[in-house]
Amino acid sequence: MIPNITLIIQGLAFFAVVLLVMKYLWPPIIAAIEDRQNKIAEGLSQAEKARKELADADARVAEEIKKARAEAAQIIDRAHQQAVQIVDKARQDAVVEATKQKAVAAADIEAQAHKAREELRGKVAALAIAGAEKILHREIDANAHKTLIDQLVAEL
Amino acid sequence: MASEEAGSANMTEYIQHHLHHLQWSIGDGALKINIDTLLFTLLTGLVFLFLLGRVSRRATSGVPGKLQCMIEMIVLFVDGLVKETFHGKSKLIAPLALTIFCLVFLMNFMDLVPVDLLPWLWASGHTLVGADPAHAYLRVVPTADLNTTLAMALTVFLLIQYFGVTSKGAGHFFGEFVSAPFHASGPLGKIVLAVPNLILRLIEEAVRPISLSLRLFGNMYAGELIFILIAVLTLGASLAHFSTWVLGGAQIIAGFAWLAFHILIITLQAFIFMMLTIVYLSMAVESH
Repeated sequence: MIPNITLIIQGLAFFAVVLLVMKYLWPPIIAAIEDRQNKIAEGLSQAEKARKELADADARVAEEIKKARAEAAQIIDRAHQQAVQIVDKARQDAVVEATKQKAVAAADIEAQAHKAREELRGKVAALAIAGAEKILHREIDANAHKTLIDQLVAEL
Repeated sequence: MASEEAGSANMTEYIQHHLHHLQWSIGDGALKINIDTLLFTLLTGLVFLFLLGRVSRRATSGVPGKLQCMIEMIVLFVDGLVKETFHGKSKLIAPLALTIFCLVFLMNFMDLVPVDLLPWLWASGHTLVGADPAHAYLRVVPTADLNTTLAMALTVFLLIQYFGVTSKGAGHFFGEFVSAPFHASGPLGKIVLAVPNLILRLIEEAVRPISLSLRLFGNMYAGELIFILIAVLTLGASLAHFSTWVLGGAQIIAGFAWLAFHILIITLQAFIFMMLTIVYLSMAVESH
């Protein structure tokens, strides 16, 4: 029970084991543990980042879809307006053309009527002269009475 | 191990035989070495170094194996305790705590080996080579030898002084011997209080290695002794006696109960030795 020389041997042996553990055995193990802890922490933060990025991408996609939809609506609206404009213009053109055609036709009719009237007037004059000849039984010198006849024609 | 006639003299002889170290005498017999203590310390130390070295050499930060997981659990447990308790920076203290915990646990664990098994094998070996088995002494629990526990406690004691000197500086460190725990303001008070301070400090320093070593030694020695006493229940008994059957039953129950309880004790004592070492070292670094 009384300590003997074993004490010194045990003390030196114990201290040697402690030094051995401190120098060679402890560092690799604790390094591996800390390395793994870092890896895990890194993995977790990366997963978190990926999750955030995915959420961001989703938001961006939604935004893009909304924008595209708005643009499409705008395009359709503009096309609609254009169509209305084209139809309007066509209608106006048609009206203008019709008016022009009507005017041409009216002028034509007027001209025809005028011509017919002139013809009729000439014929009436001739008829009047023939009638007057018959009435007077005498030949009227056309040249001598030209002034008179023209006057008559103008009066008609 | 059982002799022909049962008796108290026989029991005493059995117990004394069990508590006798295998010793070598050097010179005229004044210097003795406990060979069995050294042998089993070497054995447990090699187991510890082998397991730790194996893991250390193949330590991977990837997926660890089962052995690495086990070692890492212990390492993290010790490292956590050290980080919680010891606020200085030291490369020594965590490996020291790990070594103490594992080594003390393994040495204590030798107590769980059936108390007669290894001594019986040792005695049988003696008989086999023609030596006298009566002189085949063997104690298998290194921590039940005061030499081992005192050696560790003294190593820790020296480390405490070393940490104290290096972290505080020699002036501050030795100044504390006479200026703490009682602080005085005037020069007269300082001189008056120097003596009680010094006495208290010396007692405090002396008590630490003694309590540290005796606590572990006492627990393991008592544990071993109780195993021996349980073994004595059927010492030299004959199967023809009714009492043998009663005592045999009692022996099995008592043996099992003490073994189960002892698992707690050996772990707890290893933990206490380690924890107190960390606490003492952190106290040595911190100022009073």
